[in-house]
Amino acid sequence: MSESRAGQTARARKSDLKVQALGAVTVAVLTIGIFMAFVYAPMDSVQGQAQRIFYVHVPMAWLSYLAFGVIFVGSVGYLWKRNMRWDRLARSGAELGFLFTTLVLITGSLWGRPIWNTFWTWDARLTTTLILWFIYLGYFMIRSYAADAERGARYAAVLGIIGAVDVPIIHLSVQWWRTLHPQPVVLNTGGPNLPNEMLWTLLVCFTGFTLLFVYLLIQKIRIEVVRDRLADREMDALLAPQPAALARAGEVSGGSEA
Amino acid sequence: MDNNLGYLFAAFGITWLAIAVYLLYLGQQVRALRDEVESLDDER
Repeated sequence: MSESRAGQTARARKSDLKVQALGAVTVAVLTIGIFMAFVYAPMDSVQGQAQRIFYVHVPMAWLSYLAFGVIFVGSVGYLWKRNMRWDRLARSGAELGFLFTTLVLITGSLWGRPIWNTFWTWDARLTTTLILWFIYLGYFMIRSYAADAERGARYAAVLGIIGAVDVPIIHLSVQWWRTLHPQPVVLNTGGPNLPNEMLWTLLVCFTGFTLLFVYLLIQKIRIEVVRDRLADREMDALLAPQPAALARAGEVSGGSEA
Repeated sequence: MDNNLGYLFAAFGITWLAIAVYLLYLGQQVRALRDEVESLDDER
């Protein structure tokens, strides 16, 4: 028993070291990415300095899609297996998705003001992204309003699957509708349509932010694991017969026997 | 067009501030859970 506990502690320590190493690599890559965004990448001749917002805005947009992918996988897994492990994955992804979708809307508005002369316009890409933000918000509301955690997880999983439909709509919106939003410059049929320095900077920022997402997701899942275990322990303690009640029951049964 | 540094710094600043606040929020959750585990262990 003590050996298995020692084994568990060693495994947990090894896992901690891996996560810390991931955190260190993430910080290093993001630092290089910021340096490249401000120093290495040339200034755009049309958009000026505002174009550099692209190096945080595009990775944020990718992470908002990725987070919904995580929710989708977690939701399908939960409805199929009814295992809270999948629900933890989905709810952790939702929190990160909400953060990154909020940031994609803010950074997009800050780019739009100098380029379009407005913070907001009801453009197809912007509107469908705002809908995604509201889907994330609804996801949390469903969980908090549900009568119990199991029911909340089930309803949220259904929304997580239905809401995922919005992600391809956002991505294809610039092709389906006439929009102000720029067309894809990396993932297009003719290959990347931007200078090499800009492409490399974008790829480094992409990698750094994706690593950050994985790091935050692991940390959030770990917190949710402990929270669920504590909730189970508290529930067990509530359901366990109280010593005083047992003693009283013993007195009663003893009395009746006498 | 070239004088848009304010928007650029605002975008980067808000992004990093939000990520820093989220990391602090996660740290706060870890501390709260640790306190709860300790109080449950004390009750035993």
